[in-house]
Amino acid sequence: MKEITKDVVVIGGGSAGMAAAGEVVGKGHSVVLLEREEILGGILNQCIHNGFGLHRFKEELTGPEYAERYARIIEESQVEYYTGTTVSEIDSREDGKTVFAFSSEHGMLRINCRAVVLAMGCRERNRGNIGTPGTRPAGVYTAGLAQRLVNMEGLMPGSKCVIVGSGDIGLIMARRMSWAGAEVKGVVEIQPYPAGLTRNIVQCLNDFDIPLHLSHVVSKIYGKDRVEGVDITPLKNGMEVTEETFHVECDTLLLSVGLVPENEIARNTGIKINPETNGPLVDSNLMTSVEGIFACGNVLHVHDLVDYVSEESQRCGEFVSTYLKAGDREQQYSMVSGSNLKYVIPNRFSSGRDNHFYMRSLIVRNHAELVFSLDGNEVKRKKIRHIQPSEMISFTLKKEELADFNLDEQSRLEVSLIG
Amino acid sequence: MSNLFDVAVIGAGVTGAAIARKLSSYNLKTVLLEKECDVSFGVSKANSGIIHGGFHHDSSMLKSRLEARGNLMYDQLKEELHFPFKRCGILVAAFSTDEMRTVEKLYNNGLENKSIGIELCNHERMLNLEPKLNTDVTGGLFAPGGGIIEPYRFVFSLVESARKNGVELLTEFKVTGSRSNDESYTVESADGRQIEARWIVNAAGLYCDEISRIFDAEEYEIKPRKGEEFLLDRNASAHTDKVIFPAPSKHSKGMLVIPTAEGTTMVGPTAQMVDNKESSSTSKENFQTIFASARRLIPQVSERDIITSFTGSRPTLAGDDFYIEPSKRIPRFIHVAGIQSPGLTAAPAIAEYVKDLLKTEGLQLAEKADYDPCIEKVPRFRNLSKEELAELVEENPAYGELVCRCENVTEAEIVAAIRKDHITLDGIKFYTRAMMGRCQGGFCTHKIMKIICRETGLSMDEITKRGGGSWLVHKEVGDYPLRSRNLDGERQQP
Amino acid sequence: MTKEMICISCPIGCHIEVTRNQDEITVRGNKCSRGEIYGKEELLSPKRVVTATCPADSILMARIPVKTTRPIGKELINSLLEDLYKTRVQAPVQCGAVIMENYAGTGVDVVVTKSLSS
Repeated sequence: MKEITKDVVVIGGGSAGMAAAGEVVGKGHSVVLLEREEILGGILNQCIHNGFGLHRFKEELTGPEYAERYARIIEESQVEYYTGTTVSEIDSREDGKTVFAFSSEHGMLRINCRAVVLAMGCRERNRGNIGTPGTRPAGVYTAGLAQRLVNMEGLMPGSKCVIVGSGDIGLIMARRMSWAGAEVKGVVEIQPYPAGLTRNIVQCLNDFDIPLHLSHVVSKIYGKDRVEGVDITPLKNGMEVTEETFHVECDTLLLSVGLVPENEIARNTGIKINPETNGPLVDSNLMTSVEGIFACGNVLHVHDLVDYVSEESQRCGEFVSTYLKAGDREQQYSMVSGSNLKYVIPNRFSSGRDNHFYMRSLIVRNHAELVFSLDGNEVKRKKIRHIQPSEMISFTLKKEELADFNLDEQSRLEVSLIG
Repeated sequence: MSNLFDVAVIGAGVTGAAIARKLSSYNLKTVLLEKECDVSFGVSKANSGIIHGGFHHDSSMLKSRLEARGNLMYDQLKEELHFPFKRCGILVAAFSTDEMRTVEKLYNNGLENKSIGIELCNHERMLNLEPKLNTDVTGGLFAPGGGIIEPYRFVFSLVESARKNGVELLTEFKVTGSRSNDESYTVESADGRQIEARWIVNAAGLYCDEISRIFDAEEYEIKPRKGEEFLLDRNASAHTDKVIFPAPSKHSKGMLVIPTAEGTTMVGPTAQMVDNKESSSTSKENFQTIFASARRLIPQVSERDIITSFTGSRPTLAGDDFYIEPSKRIPRFIHVAGIQSPGLTAAPAIAEYVKDLLKTEGLQLAEKADYDPCIEKVPRFRNLSKEELAELVEENPAYGELVCRCENVTEAEIVAAIRKDHITLDGIKFYTRAMMGRCQGGFCTHKIMKIICRETGLSMDEITKRGGGSWLVHKEVGDYPLRSRNLDGERQQP
Repeated sequence: MTKEMICISCPIGCHIEVTRNQDEITVRGNKCSRGEIYGKEELLSPKRVVTATCPADSILMARIPVKTTRPIGKELINSLLEDLYKTRVQAPVQCGAVIMENYAGTGVDVVVTKSLSS
C-alpha cells in the first residue's frame, strides 16, 4: 500500500485530466494524476485520424500528436502521475478527501487531498441501449472498440460491415475500414440528419460511395455464431415502414450510437447527476454538488471537439486553484437552458466575472440567434450562422454584459436558441 | 487411457453437472459429455436464476417434490461451491380478486410442499415487504425461502467440483452415434471421438429426444419454449429486494422482476413455443410486452436502464412433468428429460434421485473415501473490503489490475477463469462478470483477448465469443488488397 | 460534366454543383467564395491527408500511427496505404520522424505521429 498527500487528485489522464492537472500544477499546487491505461492520452491514442487542435494549436493534428503535446507537459511538470491505476472510491469528508486506487505495481494507493477533479471521459452506448432485435452473434462491436482493435492492435474485426449511427466515431471507422480493405455496406441513422460532422460525411462516406440511410433503423440482426446480415427499415413519422425493409449481408456491425459520461464514481460519491447530460450538475466553477469535487471534459458532458475539452479543463484547473486559495465562495445564480437547447453547462453563473457556457442545440438551422435573458429581460443576443446538434455551441458572456442587472438569490439566467 | 467409463452423463447443463458431481462422490469412472465448447452454454446459461419457493405445483408432480427438496440443499452447496446465492424471498402479486384466488391455490400448494414460512399477504403487507410494488396490488403471497443464484456460476462450480473428484469432461463432444454390446455402449461424437460407458444418463436438455433416438430408446419430443429477458443496469431504480412474480397463467409463471444475485435487475421472461431449438432471436413485440408486464408489478421499470437482452429455451415435454426414468427399451439408460422450470431449483435433488435410480437398476455405488465436496474460493475484487484488497494485491499483483471497470473485475479473476478452461469471451464473462456491465465489453474486450492469448497460446483469430464460428477478428490490417481497387473501384477523373 | 458535392470549408456545409465545360468550371449553390475554391479543387485534383498505421517492432505497441505531411492525390491513396502496411517501423522513434520521403514524387512525406521508446 502507498499513502500520498497532495493538494489535488485528477482522475483520468486523457485530454481533460492532462489539461486540468497541467493548469493546477502551474498555479503552484501539488497534483497527482491517475490513469487506468498504461499510457497517458486516453481515447486520443486510438484516434489516429487528423482534425484535432485547429482551435487550440491552429494546426491540424492527429489524436496521438495532440495527446503527446499534453503528455509532454505533464511529464516535464511536477505532476506526479500513475498509469495502470484505477480509482475505486472517493471518500469525501468536510476536512478533506481520500481517493482509493489500485494498480498492480503499487497495490492500493490511498491519496489524501483537498480537491478532486473528475476527468474520466465517456463510454459508448451499445446494442442494449438501442434495443436492436435479432440474434446475439459475435461481430457486433461498438465503433470505439473496433477503432481500438484496428488502430492499436492492427486487427480487423471483419470484412463486410454495416455501421449503425452516424456519430463521428462511426464515420471515421467507415473510412478506416475502407482504407484497410474492408467493405462498408452502409451507415444507418435513425434521425433525418447525420449525427456527425459534415466534414466526416464527405471525407469518410462520400469519398468511398458508402450509402448513408437517414431515417432508417437496423430492425433485425441475423446469424447464430457470427453476424450474417441485418434488416434495414425506413422510418416515416417515427414508425417503421416494415414493407420497405431490405436485407444487407455483412459479417460485422459497428455501433456508433452516442456517448455517455462515465459517471460511476460520481454517483457512488453522492454527486447529483444532470439528467440531460448524464454528467454531474456543476456550478459556475465546474464544481459538483459535493464541495471540492470538480468535473471537466467528457465526464461532464460529451464534447465533439477535443479542443473544447482542453479549454474547459484548463478553466477547471483555474477554478480548482482559486478554490484551494480559499477565497470566500462567490455568489452563484441559477442558469437554465430554454427553447431549442438540449442543455447548457455549467448550471450556475457568477456575476463578478466572465461566464463561459457550452450548449447543445436540439435543432438544425442556418442563421439562428442565441438569446440570454435574466428573469425575463434580454441580456445578450448573438447571431450564429449555422447550428446543428452535432456541433457544440461555445459562448462567453462578458462580465460587463451582466453589470447593469440587479441580481438576487432567485435570479435565473436563461439561454435559448431562436431559429 | 482406457476409454471405458462406468457412467457417461450427456449434457453439461445444470442437471448433468449436478448428476456428474453426485456420482463423483462414489468410486466410479464418470465422463461428462458436452456438445458446446464450454459447460452451461445451453439452457442453463439463459435462465432467470430463480430458486423457487415450492408453491407453483401440487405435490402430485415429481418436479414439485424435487423442487422442494432441491431448494433446501442450496445453503450447503453455497458453502461448498461459492456461487452467488441469496435467499431473498419471492412475492407473488395479485391485482384482482380473480388473481387472488389463483394466489390462494399457490399458497395451498406451498403448504402441501412444506414451503418454509409461506404466507398470504394483504395489500399493506405486500407493500411493506416491497415498497416499490405497484400500489394497486390487492394482495399476494410471500415465500421467504425463495431466492436467486447465478445459474452459470453454479454449473461452473458443479463441474469444477466433479472434475476435482475425478470426473472427466469432454467438450465439443456432440453425440451423433452409439453402438452397444451386452456390457457397454460406445458413444460417438461428430468429430470422430469415441468413448465407452456401461451406463448412460441422458441430461441433454433440448436434445434429450435426439439422444434417446440415437440410442434407440424411447420416442418422445422435446419442444422448445423460448423466453426473452432484459437485463437492467445496477443503478436502475426498479431494483427490488425480492423476486416479484405476477399471478401465473395456465402456461407460464408470467413475467417477473428479478433482482439478480449480483445487483442488476432482470425483467422477463416471455414464454413462446418455437420450432427451432437454436432460435435465440429477440423481437420488438416481446420487448413491449415484457416492459408493460414488468411495469404492472414495479412501475419504476424503465427501458432507459437496459444493458442487454437475451433469450433461452425451456425444454418442454408433453405432460409438463420431469421425465426421470430408466429406459424400458434399452438397459442401463436413464432419461432425465423435460427439465424446465423449476429444473434449476430441483437440480441437486434430481442428482440424488438419479443416483438412487442407478443404484436400484444395479449400479454398484461405493462412497469415495477421499471425496472433497469443496472447491477453492476465488476472491472477487468487488466482494472485498479495501483492507482485504490491499493485502491481496500484495500477494498477487494481478488483483491490482482492473480490467473490467463496470463490474470491477481484475486480471487475476480472468486468469482464474482461463485456468479453469473458460477460454471463450462468454465463458470468461459468465465466470467473472467482465463484459457483463453497462459498457458490455466496450473498454475491456481487447484486453481480455490479449490475456487469453498470453495464457493459452491461442492467436487472436482463434479466440471466439462462444466457440464454433463465433470468431472475433480474422485478419490483420494490411491483409486485404487495396491497389487493385484503383482500377475498378475508384472513379477516375476524366 | 456536373458533380454534386458538399462544401466542407465551414460547418454550414453548402450542397454545391460543380460543372465543367471545356476549360470553364462553374460552381453553384455556394454561399461564399470559399465554396468556389473548394468545388474547383475537388473536381480538378481532389487530395486528402492520409493517416494509417505501420507495424511496429516494439513490445509496447503492435502498430505505430503515421500520416502524410500534406494532402495527396486521391488516386495515390490505395497504393500508399499498401506500402505503409508493409513498412515496419523500429523503436525507438520520435513523433515527426520521416519514414517515407517524397512519396511517388509528390513531395509529400509520411511521418510518425507518436513517439515510441525502446
